[in-house]
Amino acid sequence: MHHLLQQIFSGLAAGAVYASLALALVMIYRATDLVNFAQGEMAMFSTYIAWMLVNAEVPFWAAFALTLVASFVGGMIIERVVIRPVENAPVLAAVVVTIGLLLIFNALAGWLFTYTLQEFPSPFPDRTLFGALMTTRDLGVIGVTLAMLVALFVFFRFTATGLAMRAAAQNPESARLCGIPVGRMLAIGWGLAAAIGAVAGIMVAPVLFLDPNMMGGVLLYAFTGALLGGITSPIGAVVGGLIVGVTENLVGAYLIASQLKLTVALALIVLVLVFRPNGLFGAAIVRRV
Amino acid sequence: MTMAKSFAIASTEQPAAAGSGALAAGAWRSTGALVLIGAAVALPFTLSNYHVFELTQVMIYAIAVLGLNILTGYNGQISLGHGGFFAAGAYTAAILMHRYGVPYWATLPPAALICFVLGVLFGLPALRFEGPYLALVTLAMAVATPQLLKYFDTWTGGQQGINLIKVQAPAFLGIGRDRWLYLVVLAVLLVAMRVAANMLHGRTGRALVAIRDHPIAAAAMGIDVARYKTLAFGTSSLFTGVAGALSAIVIGFVAPESFTLFLSLSFLVGSAVGGIATIFGAIVGGLFIEFVPNIANDISDAAPWAIYGLTMLLFMYVMPRGVVGSLAGLMQRWQPRRAAAGEGSEEQKRRLS
Amino acid sequence: MAPILELRAVKAFYGQSEVVHGIDVAVEEGGMTVLLGANGAGKTTTLRAICGMVRSEGEIAFAGQRLERRSTEAIAALGIAHVPEGRGTFTGLTVEENLRLGAYTRAGRPDAGIGRMFGYFPILGERRRQQAGSLSGGEQQMLAIARALMMSPRLLVLDEPSFGLAPRIVEDIFNIVERIRREERVSVLLVEQNASLALDLADQAYLIETGYVVMSGPAKTLADDPQIRRSYLGY
Repeated sequence: MHHLLQQIFSGLAAGAVYASLALALVMIYRATDLVNFAQGEMAMFSTYIAWMLVNAEVPFWAAFALTLVASFVGGMIIERVVIRPVENAPVLAAVVVTIGLLLIFNALAGWLFTYTLQEFPSPFPDRTLFGALMTTRDLGVIGVTLAMLVALFVFFRFTATGLAMRAAAQNPESARLCGIPVGRMLAIGWGLAAAIGAVAGIMVAPVLFLDPNMMGGVLLYAFTGALLGGITSPIGAVVGGLIVGVTENLVGAYLIASQLKLTVALALIVLVLVFRPNGLFGAAIVRRV
Repeated sequence: MTMAKSFAIASTEQPAAAGSGALAAGAWRSTGALVLIGAAVALPFTLSNYHVFELTQVMIYAIAVLGLNILTGYNGQISLGHGGFFAAGAYTAAILMHRYGVPYWATLPPAALICFVLGVLFGLPALRFEGPYLALVTLAMAVATPQLLKYFDTWTGGQQGINLIKVQAPAFLGIGRDRWLYLVVLAVLLVAMRVAANMLHGRTGRALVAIRDHPIAAAAMGIDVARYKTLAFGTSSLFTGVAGALSAIVIGFVAPESFTLFLSLSFLVGSAVGGIATIFGAIVGGLFIEFVPNIANDISDAAPWAIYGLTMLLFMYVMPRGVVGSLAGLMQRWQPRRAAAGEGSEEQKRRLS
Repeated sequence: MAPILELRAVKAFYGQSEVVHGIDVAVEEGGMTVLLGANGAGKTTTLRAICGMVRSEGEIAFAGQRLERRSTEAIAALGIAHVPEGRGTFTGLTVEENLRLGAYTRAGRPDAGIGRMFGYFPILGERRRQQAGSLSGGEQQMLAIARALMMSPRLLVLDEPSFGLAPRIVEDIFNIVERIRREERVSVLLVEQNASLALDLADQAYLIETGYVVMSGPAKTLADDPQIRRSYLGY
């Protein structure tokens, strides 16, 4: 029982990382009907920026904040420069663009920082709590993620820009008629998503060790979590991410080790989707004819 | 009626006339096709063995991408997992040749059949999924493939894979094995294109496209949506599986590392670059998959994949419908009389209003 | 009075097809102009051309500024509030959120404006925290108009406000629109298929058929015209 609770808790910590990246994916999907396959690599690149700052003796939380700002700006630039040309093109073209972006970031990181695994410091002390039930590190990750989610909720629910972004995502034409610059809202959305991804990367790097391929598996789990929750639902993204994290941990601990863990975890989630094809919280796509 | 008179009548007839004009166009097309095929057959004899091998790879990828085009382009069901079907075909051929001594050419029908069944089995649950959900399910298959291949190692040879005896060309022809295999693959490609064309330009094709664009209207018109979607999956998997079998035969080796997610994504990119709802686009896609990574390596050996990625971006910016897709679009503008259903021409509107 | 909106030789395109073939329309400042015509005549396309939502040629001038080649959001910021065909409400947001969005281009807090809108449309006040998508057709139309007015526009553009609504509700809405026009001193450009009601309220009217203006003048004149009475007024 104790072991089960341990696994669940560390699964929640991993799930918090998946949930963050899943939230980024959902934000972009709601705004543009596009799955950003490059979200993980962008997060990885942001984490390298944080790593460089920390290595340059910048205090951790200052480096954290600077990285978030840089990622936000970077995300906005990517939307305006890389994604805008295919905004009105067939969706497949945009998908290929994000795949290309994935390759570019991965290769750039490999070239600039080499493929050697790097250590990344955790800002939280390395202790166990409640009789080895959980670690302070895991608790820290969950705490940071929670804080970020609250901040996002406040932004979208209570600020004018947040409202405008929600409007632009739901109904771009009506938003324009209200004078809302939809293009700029899209850019801000991508900026926020990039910043969220950076948080995910920074939280997971101490555990996975930093290298250009660090986020590949994370992206896969995040994508799964986002869909499990319903690709149009931010709450779904968080819940889905957490469920995937816990499932992955439990499968690895009790069912099958290493190699097939990913396959089995995915299979389980696909099974859920068979019964709920739009995810747990996703709205069924109602088509008017 | 003399030829001259029928030509004259054809040129003054309004849009739908399929007079002698179309006949002449058909004759041009057949001659052109024969010339191209002849050139393709002659080509390997002018090139080095290595280049012939590369072109054979191009054609194998083209067949695989053609399978994807049928499913994702014409029928609108996205697949990020076609590497899995490719692997299924490859390993079927490899196991038949290695364990049961089946001659290479006899592995193609079983590979085709097995992959067709696999595709249908996959297509049935896939009926419940749309858009990004289907993408995830197929992605899961792509990710699972190398892991499953390593796991069932008694059959698949596990991590080490299966080494195959190199195929030899028939002695009486006196050509090398590379050239022989090129011609074999070329024959399969031509058959595949012909079969695809027959299917896609007829009733089946129209049903598939109707399902892609307006599934509800299609069902209302009596099209059995479930049957067509499942068959599309099966057919698509058949094509890609046959390509996989050919790949095993040509390379002489299969291993799980060759069938990763990256392969599936490459097929998708090749599809998009060529033109997702075209047949000839598959060849362009094959060329892209085979050659652009090498060219990228020449440009920068520090970060070749960055160049590859950049090339993808540039293709999508300039030709978002793919090379063949964009060309088809251009041709429609120049030949308004053959314009597909959509906005009517100025003339038609004036006559109707 | 100078026209606040003037269209000169405006052509508008729906994709590749030219749907509006060089029309002249003017809206007097403080007045109400109505565009009449059957389905497919090009009325909605004209409105969309004004707001930069479709490709157009010709001159479009608003309060002395040229509108061609401006983005839709820039045109909105100049003071044109467009209530599109089908209302265009944000169905996933609440009534109050919809109204707040209307005030996006205006500085300061929108609360006073929202209060005023609830004055014109009390039913919206009752439903302020409800999701807009759950409102009835008439209520959504009121919400759409209220949202447009939150912008304090100089020109209100209404595309078929009566569409799909019961006659009693239509009358209510038109009465409110007329009251708003007087009290807020907004100019109104109206597209309507419901000719009799529109001609009652409007100052100027244009009859559009297959992309051409075939008749124009004071609304009273068109209302008395025998051909219009036969074709559009039913008597």
